[in-house]
Amino acid sequence: MIKRIAWAGLMLLSAHASADSPSSFMARYAQQAGVAVTALSPARGEALYRSEHPGKNGAAQSCASCHTANPKQPGQTRVGKPIEPLAPAVNPERFTDAAKVEKWFRRNCTDVLQRECSAQEKGDFIAWLNQIK
Amino acid sequence: MNYLLRGIGVLATVGTLSLLAFSLPSGGEARGDGGDDLMPRLTHKAWQQECASCHLAYSPALLPRASWRRVMGGLDQHFGENASLDPATQADILRFLEANAADSGRSRMGDKVMQRMDRNTAPLRITETTWFVKKHDEVPRASWARKSVGSAANCAACHRQAEKGVFDEDTVRIPK
Repeated sequence: MIKRIAWAGLMLLSAHASADSPSSFMARYAQQAGVAVTALSPARGEALYRSEHPGKNGAAQSCASCHTANPKQPGQTRVGKPIEPLAPAVNPERFTDAAKVEKWFRRNCTDVLQRECSAQEKGDFIAWLNQIK
Repeated sequence: MNYLLRGIGVLATVGTLSLLAFSLPSGGEARGDGGDDLMPRLTHKAWQQECASCHLAYSPALLPRASWRRVMGGLDQHFGENASLDPATQADILRFLEANAADSGRSRMGDKVMQRMDRNTAPLRITETTWFVKKHDEVPRASWARKSVGSAANCAACHRQAEKGVFDEDTVRIPK
């Protein structure tokens, strides 16, 4: 019995250790960008989030267009479906799944910026969201 | 005598009631495969997860196979948005959509859509199918444009049980 509990505990621990988190993404993107994690800038991340770019229909668009000005608030897709908040402080599921994170950076950066985001930008972006209380 | 009469009365009542019950349309069964206003009940992990992250997971029965091939072949330009997927997930979802498409013969909903479809066309939008247009011809144009609706792609704005696949008129409430 004790053995079994110990095993379950170990499994949980190892699952926990291998799961992604905002800080593990920051470390990975910093490494990819060739900078120290401490060189990631929440201020640059916020600027990226709020920066407006010409959209396809002429209107300016930014991350905030769908995610709202406050990333602790739920957003809305173009067809009206709610988007869970981006800030890990209110939505602990954010930045815990590498495939998901990469998929949405790829899609949304090409939509808003008309190009992919750099590793540095992704790191800055998460650094900003992760320090929001 | 009195008891006998009463017994006959009870039997007659029970008989009539059960006959009535059997002759009434049994909604549940008739709609099991997606009857009149019910989408076929389908489950597919990637379809639900991926398609429904931006909009309702529209039923595959609402467009023919040729349309789904076009939709899934152009996900990087999906109605103005990049909805690209990894190739394996994309192929997986397309297989599911084709297997259950309007022209797959697998649902009554699909048959209805096909009855009014020009077989040489492969519309990209469900809202462009004759079936959809005819079904919604009573809805005033102005209500589609309301902020609370957003667009005709937002089924759930009016079909309050759309997420469950229920599109009965009784469940419709057009928001102000």
